[in-house]
Parts: sequence; C-alpha cells; structure tokens
Amino acid sequence: MTAQGATTVRRATRPAIPRARVPVLVTAGLLVAMFVAGGLRYEGFASGQVVLNVFIDNAFLLVIAVGMTFVILSGGIDLSVGAVAALATMIAATLLRDGWAAPVVIALVLAVGTVLGLTMGAIIHYFEIQPFIVTLAGMFLARGLCFTIGTDSIPIDNPGFTALAYGRIDLGPDLWLSPSVLIAAAVVLAGAYTLHHTRLGRTVYAVGGNEQSALLMGLPVARTKIAVYTISGFCAALGGLLLALYMLSGYGLHAVGMELDAIAAVVIGGALLSGGYGNLAGTVLGVLVLGLTQTIISFEGTLSSWWTKIFIGLLLFVFILLQRLIVGRRE
Amino acid sequence: MTPISSPPRAGGPAAAAGTPRATLRSALGAAARHRLAWPCLVLLALLGLNVVLTDGFLAVELKQGHLYGGLVDIARFGAPLILVSLGMTLVIATGGIDLSVGSVVAIAGALACLHISGLENQNSVPGVLAAVGLALGLAVLLGVWNGVLVAVGGIQPIIATLVLMVAGRGVAQLITDGQIITINSAPYKLIGGGYWLTLPFCLIVAAVITALAALLTRRLALGLFIESVGGNAEASRLSGIRARGVLIVVYAFCGLCAGIAGLMISSNVSSADGNNAGLWIELDAILAVVIGGTALSGGRFSLAGTVLGALIIQTLTTTIYAIGVPPETTLLFKALVVTAVCLIQSPAFRRRVFRRRGPRGGAATAEARRVRDVPEEVTS
Repeated sequence: MTAQGATTVRRATRPAIPRARVPVLVTAGLLVAMFVAGGLRYEGFASGQVVLNVFIDNAFLLVIAVGMTFVILSGGIDLSVGAVAALATMIAATLLRDGWAAPVVIALVLAVGTVLGLTMGAIIHYFEIQPFIVTLAGMFLARGLCFTIGTDSIPIDNPGFTALAYGRIDLGPDLWLSPSVLIAAAVVLAGAYTLHHTRLGRTVYAVGGNEQSALLMGLPVARTKIAVYTISGFCAALGGLLLALYMLSGYGLHAVGMELDAIAAVVIGGALLSGGYGNLAGTVLGVLVLGLTQTIISFEGTLSSWWTKIFIGLLLFVFILLQRLIVGRRE
Repeated sequence: MTPISSPPRAGGPAAAAGTPRATLRSALGAAARHRLAWPCLVLLALLGLNVVLTDGFLAVELKQGHLYGGLVDIARFGAPLILVSLGMTLVIATGGIDLSVGSVVAIAGALACLHISGLENQNSVPGVLAAVGLALGLAVLLGVWNGVLVAVGGIQPIIATLVLMVAGRGVAQLITDGQIITINSAPYKLIGGGYWLTLPFCLIVAAVITALAALLTRRLALGLFIESVGGNAEASRLSGIRARGVLIVVYAFCGLCAGIAGLMISSNVSSADGNNAGLWIELDAILAVVIGGTALSGGRFSLAGTVLGALIIQTLTTTIYAIGVPPETTLLFKALVVTAVCLIQSPAFRRRVFRRRGPRGGAATAEARRVRDVPEEVTS
C-alpha cells in the first residue's frame, strides 16, 4: 500500500522504490543484529521481557514520534513536541493535585496540546513563516508555561493514574506489558491507517512531495498542513500523559531534548526530512533502535549514559549518509 | 525576496523636491522602513523600560580602572551570544542553519578546562594559550565537519548539524567525564570575566570578531559570495563561485565563533559543565538572527541586525530580572517576542492584517505580492 502511495505521488521514482526501502531494511537488520549481539554478550538479554521493556520504556516516545512522522512526511518539522509533552505532565500533575477528576484532566491536557498544534499549524500556513521558527516559539511558550505553573517536580498520586501506571497486562509466564504500550500501539495503528488508507494521509505525502503540485492538483493543502501540526500537538500531549504515567510526576524539565529523539527515530526509520518519503513502520523501528541502544548501554554497565548520545549521533550520521547515497543515485 | 530587507527606495524623488518639512518626514519615513528600524525600536524600548524601572541604569562608573554599569553588564553577558549569532548569521545567509553551536560551546569549554586542570601551574600563560588553541582548533574542525557534510555530502543543514548537536553533548560529557571540571587560572579567567584597558575583555573580543566579520564580508567579495550561495548554490557554482569552499569556510567560522563563546562562558564561571554549558544557545542565536532581519531562507544577511538582535535578547533577560518577574518566565517572553517579530516580518501577515490601509499601503501590498509571487512561479 505504501509503495503504491509513493508511486502515485512521485511518478519519476518507480525503479528506485526498492532502493528507497533500503534504509528501513537496514534499520530492521540493525535491530536484529543489536538484539543478537546483546543476547550473545549479556546474560539474560535474549528474553522476551527485555524486548517488551523496550516498548514499556519508550511508549511515550513512540506516540510522539508518530506525530513527528506526520509532520516530517509533509515536509515540515516540529520542535515543540518535547516542551508540549512536559507541559502535559505539568498540567496533569497540577490539576490532579488540586483534586480534579482524572478523565477531565486527560481531556483538558489533550485539548491543550491539540490547540497548541492547531495554532502553530495555522501560523505556519497562513502567515508563511518557516515551521522551524514557529515551532521553536511554540517550544519556548510551552516550556515557559511549564515554569510559570511551577518550578518544582509535582508528584502524581491520583488513584486512577497510579493504577494505570502500575497496571500489568500478563502475556504469559514472566511476560508483561504496561497499559501505556497498548495506548501507544493503538496510536501507531490509527496513524498507519490514517497515513495509508485515508485521503488525508495521501494528501500528506503529496504535500511533502511537492506542495506546489499538490496545490495545483486541487488538494486541500491548507487543511492538510494545519492538520499535520494538530496531530503532532495531540500526539505530544498524549505522549506527555504517558510520560506522566511513567514518571508519576509533572516537571518542567521532563522530556528535554525529546524532540531530537523523535526526529532521530523518524530519520533512522528511513523518512526523508525533505518530506514525502517514509512510513510509520520505519518510525516504530527507529524508536526500537533508540530504545535497544539504551538497553544495551545499561546492560554493559561500565558505559556512561553519555555514550547513548554519541551512539545516537553516529546512527543518525550513518542513516543520513545512506539516504544521501540512495537519493543521490536517483537524481 | 523579502520586501522588508530591501533598502529604502520609496520616497526618494519626493524628498529631493520637497520643503524642509517634507524632507524631514520622508527621511523619517525612510528610517521607519529601514530594515534595522524595528530591532532598534525594540532595543530602545527595552532600555527605556529599564531606565524607568532601575535607578541609575544608564550610569557607567569607573571603579579601580574597570567600567561598571547596567549597559556594560548587558554587553558583557551578551558577548558569547553575539559571537554565536554572528557565525549563525553567515550560516543562515547561505540558506543553512547550524544547530550544533551549543554542543561546540560545551566541547570547547570542556577541552580548555581539561587541559588547564592538567597543568602543573594553572596560571602559566603558555599553558592557557595552548588550551585556548586546542579548544579553538577543535571547534574549527567541528565546523569544518559540518561544512563538509553540507557542502560535499549535500545533506540538509538542519539534519547535518543535528548529528553533532546530539553527539556533541555526549562528547562534551565524555571529555569532562560527566563531572564539572573546576579550575583556578587567572589568565583563563581573563577571557570571560576579566578587564583590559578598562573594558571587559570579552566585549573587546566580540567587537574585534564583529569588525573582522564585517570587514571580510562587506569589504571583500566574500559576503557577496555567501549571499549568492544562499540565493542559489547551483547557479553560483555555475557562475564560477566555489560554493563548496564558501560553505565550508562559513561553517568553520561558525564553529570558531561558538568555540570562542564556549571559552568565554566556561571562563566566566571558571568551570566546564558538559551537560549545561551553552544549552539552548543555538535557539537564542537563531532568534537573534531572525530578530535582526536576516531571513531564514538565506541570500541576505545583516551583521548589524544580528548584533542588535543578540543585545535585545540579553536586555530582555536583564529586564526580566530587573522588574522582578520570576526568571522562569523568560521563555514565555521570548516566545512572545519571536512570534511578534516573525509576524511583523512576514509578508503574508502584513498583507492580511494591513490590507485596509490608504492607497500607499495598498500599493505597497500589491508590490509585496508581486515580489513574492514571481520567484514562486519561477521555481515551480
């Protein structure tokens, strides 16, 4: 389905499509290699629960990366997601502390994220300002709002939230998932359906491929561009709620640099930052590669946490180079 | 492409034939349309606010042969940002962006402090000079790395520099081993916190680099080459400009500026923190460049505007402290300022909001539309 979608959008690339799949395949291969290497090197690594833990520890990143995929596919970028996620944890924690009902808080947080995304999308489209700078302002705004609400970490002790946070879904002997993974999976599925089976998804690829052409073809460019940032805002807020569950606290310094992780995951997943190319399966693989990197570094024990950053940077570099070779040859 | 950055042309003939009053008015009008008018006004307004709020804000005193005062403080604390923004301006003028400057700031500071902490005598001038040379050399090298990725690799600048932004923080922490390296070196302290000829030393460095950049880009053809590459790299190459060389030099300069800023920041506190030094300075620098009227699309730049922009950001921070607003809300103010400045500079925004104005405004918007639409059709 994706291949067909890509062919309709970019007609000149037909022979190159298997090549364009190379980054995703390389990511998948890398993931398998990392897992096998980890399994051989460390005792207790090659267990199902280690894999499931990668999902559990990165559910929030997965949700945020789904929103980022939409934005990057449309040719834009959203730097505000980490800050919006932090704002979500902060609003949730503050309101829960003040005794609001959990469903109301959740609805409100999601609404705040969606409205922020919608506003940024509208400014980007109608006032023709670069997405980079608008979402940068959004990032400042969201972080500023966090610190205006409070500078300290606020614990969450709402019974509903803690029940969800400590909830375990048993899959078999010694295998379990957290409810947030199910939410993240639902978001991924909904995102994949939207991207590959709806008109909106098709238009996202078209706008990312060539905005001018999309406009001339009569596609609703304005609506799509705004929708993409709205989706990203929603995903960031939802990711923030999952982060609040994971940390059981709200803090203005949560999710610092999360936007970089999300962008890295999307790029490692094979999407082109110029837009129009990539899919959600790749993004999921990208998040897993990042997650498994952290797992391996924690298993290694002697490696310090900053090696994660260096390793992610190297991975980014390799994948960008790979993409460049593929795209370069096509041109 | 952007009407705002076009030099003040309108009103020229009228001014030549008018009465003194009309001349004054047209001169004022020309000044208002000048691209530095808005940044200047904002800076003056912020300074004015400080004068009202803080007693003796403008007073500059000479204590023990050193200059002190509110204005000196703003310039002193703003020096690293001015430097980083200068490098960023040239990168943005080539149509690129450098996200890695914050990491380079951290790496430079970390390397210099590491070297000095290993010296027998931390006050030895040759040792400190070696540390400075080492750190700046590495900073230039990192800039060259970015430049090669962009120019030779043909990778989008935002993503090419993202690599170093992510990995660089890790490298800085690797250098400091995750600790904060504290040093006690008088010669090193001079770079960020010292005085020379009654002036803060970092201010002198910033001024020299600014003058150098202005000289190189405005007196030599280099500035023209940079703008040309930013306008259309391929066309520039075909017309005989070494686009790759220009790009690499610009990124290397940006790395050097970030390196010097890193030395200033770490010298000011006599320590290196790989995790937090220069955190988010890339965003402030981009902000300063945008406020200064350099379009992110490249092809045009204004060094004076950038220096103004960096000063505005520093003054804003100082003002927030002065008026007693919690410093945490600095980010909120910044968000509002960026949004306002970007909206004012956006032709689309002005077209929509100032549509119903006199015939002059109408003509201006028509011109804006024409100027905007032509390149779009050409590129499509």
